[in-house]
Amino acid sequence: MSITQKSGGGDEAATATNAADGESEELGAAGAQLSTQPADTLAQTPGLGVVGWLRWMWRQLTSMRVALILLFMLSLAAIPGSLIPQHSDQLKVDAFQQKHPTITPLYERLGMFHVYSSPWFSAIYILLFVSLAGCIVPRTWQFVGQLRSRPPATPRHLTRLPAYSTWRTDATPEQVSAAAERALRGRRFRVSTTGTSVAGEKGYLREAGNLMFHVALFGLLIAFAATSLEGAQGGKLIVEGDGFTNNPTQYDDFSGGTLYGKSDLQPFGFSLDSFDATYATSGPERGSGRTFRANIHYWTGPDGKPTKGEISVNHPLSIGGEKVYLISHGYAPVVTVKDARGNVAYQGAVPFLPQDTLGTATGVVKVPDALDKNGKPDEMAFRGIFTPTFALDKVRGPHSSFPALDYPALILNAYHGDLGIDAGLPQNVYQLDTTHMTQLKEPDGELVSKALKPGDTMTLPDGRGSLRFDGIKTWASFTVSHQAGNEAALVSGAAAILGLMGSLFIQRRRIWVRAVPSGDGDTLVEMGGLGRSESARIADEIGDVALQLQPDAPAKPDPDPDPDPDEADAATGDVPAPDSRPGDSAPQPADEGARA
Amino acid sequence: MNIAAAVNENFANYSNYLIRSAMFVYALAFLGHLAEWVFGGRSKVAVQSAALIGESGEEGAAAAPAAAVKVTTRGGTATLTRPKVVTRASASDRGIADGPGAAGGSEKGDLYGRIAVSFTVLAWLLHFGGVALRAASVQRAPWGNMYEFSTTFGMVAVGAYLLLLALKKDVRWIGLFLTTTVLLDLGLALSVLYTSSDQLVPALHSYWLWIHVSCAIISGAVFYLAAVGSLLYLFRDHFEVALTAGRAQDGRWGDIMRRLPSAATLDKFAYRMNALVFPLWTFTIIAGAIWAQAAWGHYWEWDPKETWSFITWVAYAGYLHARATAGWKGRKAAYLALAAFACFLFNYYGVNIFVTGKHSYAGV
Ligand code: HEM
Repeated sequence: MSITQKSGGGDEAATATNAADGESEELGAAGAQLSTQPADTLAQTPGLGVVGWLRWMWRQLTSMRVALILLFMLSLAAIPGSLIPQHSDQLKVDAFQQKHPTITPLYERLGMFHVYSSPWFSAIYILLFVSLAGCIVPRTWQFVGQLRSRPPATPRHLTRLPAYSTWRTDATPEQVSAAAERALRGRRFRVSTTGTSVAGEKGYLREAGNLMFHVALFGLLIAFAATSLEGAQGGKLIVEGDGFTNNPTQYDDFSGGTLYGKSDLQPFGFSLDSFDATYATSGPERGSGRTFRANIHYWTGPDGKPTKGEISVNHPLSIGGEKVYLISHGYAPVVTVKDARGNVAYQGAVPFLPQDTLGTATGVVKVPDALDKNGKPDEMAFRGIFTPTFALDKVRGPHSSFPALDYPALILNAYHGDLGIDAGLPQNVYQLDTTHMTQLKEPDGELVSKALKPGDTMTLPDGRGSLRFDGIKTWASFTVSHQAGNEAALVSGAAAILGLMGSLFIQRRRIWVRAVPSGDGDTLVEMGGLGRSESARIADEIGDVALQLQPDAPAKPDPDPDPDPDEADAATGDVPAPDSRPGDSAPQPADEGARA
Repeated sequence: MNIAAAVNENFANYSNYLIRSAMFVYALAFLGHLAEWVFGGRSKVAVQSAALIGESGEEGAAAAPAAAVKVTTRGGTATLTRPKVVTRASASDRGIADGPGAAGGSEKGDLYGRIAVSFTVLAWLLHFGGVALRAASVQRAPWGNMYEFSTTFGMVAVGAYLLLLALKKDVRWIGLFLTTTVLLDLGLALSVLYTSSDQLVPALHSYWLWIHVSCAIISGAVFYLAAVGSLLYLFRDHFEVALTAGRAQDGRWGDIMRRLPSAATLDKFAYRMNALVFPLWTFTIIAGAIWAQAAWGHYWEWDPKETWSFITWVAYAGYLHARATAGWKGRKAAYLALAAFACFLFNYYGVNIFVTGKHSYAGV
């Protein structure tokens, strides 16, 4: 058994490149087309004329290198959107813009507040997907071609393959090739036999997986598009005891995709009966939520019967084909405001929005219908905070120390003047525009500021009226979402993962076996293998196949059982260094470290 | 939901003891590895054996770019000897063989190394117990805040390393780096990130917590091992370039480098680890999207955490592409891999601490 031994493992990709260029003359068709990866053609200069340039540009765009650069740019471009508030959270954007007035115009121009729909972000991913299409279409055809053709014929010099084995046997070449064919078929190789040469190939699923993965990326893109075009969502804050019908006018905010308008809304509704919340009462996370549950009644159709239901975080409710999610919750103090003439100018629950996890909430009571002593309109407003569990300290002032209603208090300032509602601009009900309002002062000049317990009344100076803190209701806010593209996204995602696994875990490789009379009556069996990647494993596989052939083609004892490496050298002959990097030259003899 | 379920203080306390004990034993393992590096290379035996290997290497080098002798004989009866297989070096392989490891071929060094590994196994068992008791104390997946995430992360990283050792992979060279970082990780977790055991906020009450977060932790741990491989690859590659250019590489640094696996091996290790978990990382993101859909009604909202997961994913995809693209293999690809891991780290520490989003339940 002749034994030659030459080198350690190789590098996945490098092997492929070897096969593709450096050694293609030696291996011929055998080494080619072991993948559908496009050859790098960037070095070529553009041909003449416009067509030549266009073709050159297309080739650039669809090259792996440009795909790589585009991927890199995509990840860079995604960064600003994670650090700068985005328009989906308008409150934060407003706060940011107020805080950074100098940079805001520039950011606005660059689309920094809506990065993921900005032209430059879109440009990158569109280019990437064009590149991807330009890449996978030809690769798919090439792959189909490879599937329909047979494994390439045995190369002349099997010794030049990354893994190689040979031995002499008494069996005839026909017996050996028949056995080899059986063995390779048994290992689920695709086999093609010419004379006494057997060629086998396996692992086509790698290529298929890779193509499937890249196609699935398109699926994801389409699903994303469907979601944003056909999906819609509306937000609604409901105070305990109130109801909601799925009607455009009822939403606090509504955003529908281009293909989904307000007229597509399903008829249904629900009412909030009560809201249950429990909180950790001790421990390090004291005050953080433990259960949040909205108890509701819902109905479908114009006159459906109300059914009891509940909505909690992670457990949305499906009503009439739409899904209703619980988003947040809080308290709404119930107040009665009397104006200067003693008439009730406002009565009702006013939702206050929580500002921290312990329930400190801010809110505004707007009283547009108030009259002054003379019966002239004099709008009133109250602004302040609500604390479910009142606490006071020097640094933070009044705040809440626990989110449950243990010691509720309402702390308000009072204003009068013009609310600005008549200006016709839509107003945020949670914010007070004080440009045309004056804050009320006590006779001693102090600003009016009162902390009220439920049942308390604050009387305004100068007989301007009063506000009574009647009680507290809970509120919850919901997102009603019409969903589209979910299934497509899920299926594409699953296909992407499967494709990836095929692409990364399956090795595509070829094994050739040739049996020829050696001239002295023996048969010389030669076996070589070439992997699209990873040569260590192909060597093991060759060893396994060789072992499997032993019963049919037993190896004869080797005349020289322990050939020295120099002989091995002679056997393989003049192997050109495939790559002329300095690293490829032989290690310096003086240098024991090279082998250390 | 068993929200009211009282937190079992005892379990939590035991868990803390176990984690502290694990740190102590990891520290012993760290010292063991240190001794392996310090005493290994200097010994006479090591130099001699290096010289021996060097000799046979020269002959191999004359043959072809490379020759590492690896003889495999296995098989049944006398006639069924497994024929030997010749393998040829590929372009990226300099023909420089792997270093002998931290012990540098010295028996003393090797002994220290083995002791260090034994300590690591013991520490890991304590570590595992600590994480398991924490889970028992809160009766849920032990990764609801950054403290729990960090301890589990370290446990999985060491577990993956021990698994590789158990599979007879030659990865003891990671030992020193791993014990160092696990000590840092646990120290940080106990001092800065510590949160007493408690129940979860309602948003985390979902079986997706088990699926999504455990996959994220496993992916991160394996990405981490790969990143160590890439980093060492860069050093060793530098060293090999200098070697082959004929520049002498003596002194401490050269001594350390010489004992590492070859650049080709390190590169391959990093690639295999990254390629192995990339599909899992993809799944992590998709599972997160499904959970987001269930909790908030949108599968993707460009929340900072989602965005950084996406950035990390694209960066690793870039790395895999780079490995397949001529001109980007080797060092450039390694830089990409390190950048991708930096994105992963930022997603974990940076986003949790500096950026607020819907994922801000880190307990910091
Ligand atoms: C949309 C962005 C893209 C992503 C996320 C992506 C992702 C990936 C991943 C993760 C792999 C690794 C699988 C492996 O190593 O076998 C891969 C391989 C590959 N990709 Fe992409 N890709 C993208 C776009 C492209 C484009 C535009 C091209 C063509 C120019 C392309 C061509 C390839 C090729 C040829 C391979 C196989 C490389 C090999 O055989 O090792 N990809 N891609």
